Amino acid sequence: MITGISIVSVWVLDQDAARQFYAEKLGFTVTSDLKLEGGMRWLTVRAPGSDGQELLLMDPLHSMLDAESAQQVRALVAKGALSPGVMATTDCRGDHAVLAGRGVEFTQEPAERPYGIEAVLRDDSGNWYSFTQARYLARPA
Amino acid sequence: MSKTADVSSLRMLRRARDRIDRDYAGRIDVPALAAGAGYSREHFIRAFRAAYGETPGRYRTRRRVERACELLRSANLTVTEICHLVGFASIGTFSARFAEITGMSPTAYRRQAAARGGPAPIPGCFVLMWRAGLPED
Repeated sequence: MITGISIVSVWVLDQDAARQFYAEKLGFTVTSDLKLEGGMRWLTVRAPGSDGQELLLMDPLHSMLDAESAQQVRALVAKGALSPGVMATTDCRGDHAVLAGRGVEFTQEPAERPYGIEAVLRDDSGNWYSFTQARYLARPA
Repeated sequence: MSKTADVSSLRMLRRARDRIDRDYAGRIDVPALAAGAGYSREHFIRAFRAAYGETPGRYRTRRRVERACELLRSANLTVTEICHLVGFASIGTFSARFAEITGMSPTAYRRQAAARGGPAPIPGCFVLMWRAGLPED
């Protein structure tokens, strides 16, 4: 039985800055920060209300990617082309106010959508997330 | 990517584009965006186009039309009200740009959306980020 995705890889431009952004601005917990052989740094964080899923904040320059691919991924992240997905919140407007107050960038303010209340958040590297308080627990059939 | 700009330049370009996303309806002009990103006007337009495949002016127009589509689908406002709300100065320009991008007039778009029934359960942000713009079916 597949239960979900336990770790989502997120490409970041600078792991120190990303650790700070996710921990201090978004309030995530740092669940591991390990130096691996070959220069890779295993840095994972977990959302405050998560039941276990983690984000793996990966530096493309110290990953399984070749140098050219790593540069391409960095460029895509920096120009804002990539999105790891949807961040779920129980209070889109409230959290938006708190996070914006801490200097988190949103490209879209919270707005009513057929599926809930949604804003669009950028992390400090350039990744964008839908920031959504879902109206449904599961998508209706 | 044909010619990859360095990461810090791309970051500045992305900030400029995010500004368009946020302030699409305002009177942000290209010189102000260029200055904010640390470029001359000409260099900014070239660099933006190299990164995103279209000029900043064109991107802003697409953003305004995309917002207008959303309002036409969901809001009880007149076409003229929507035109001004998303930042167009005249209904003539609005209708022309709208038709260029969606292939129909705002009124026809609204009629078609109403005939289709409720909106599709696709997050608006994904629609926004689609390079091709809004899905047509």
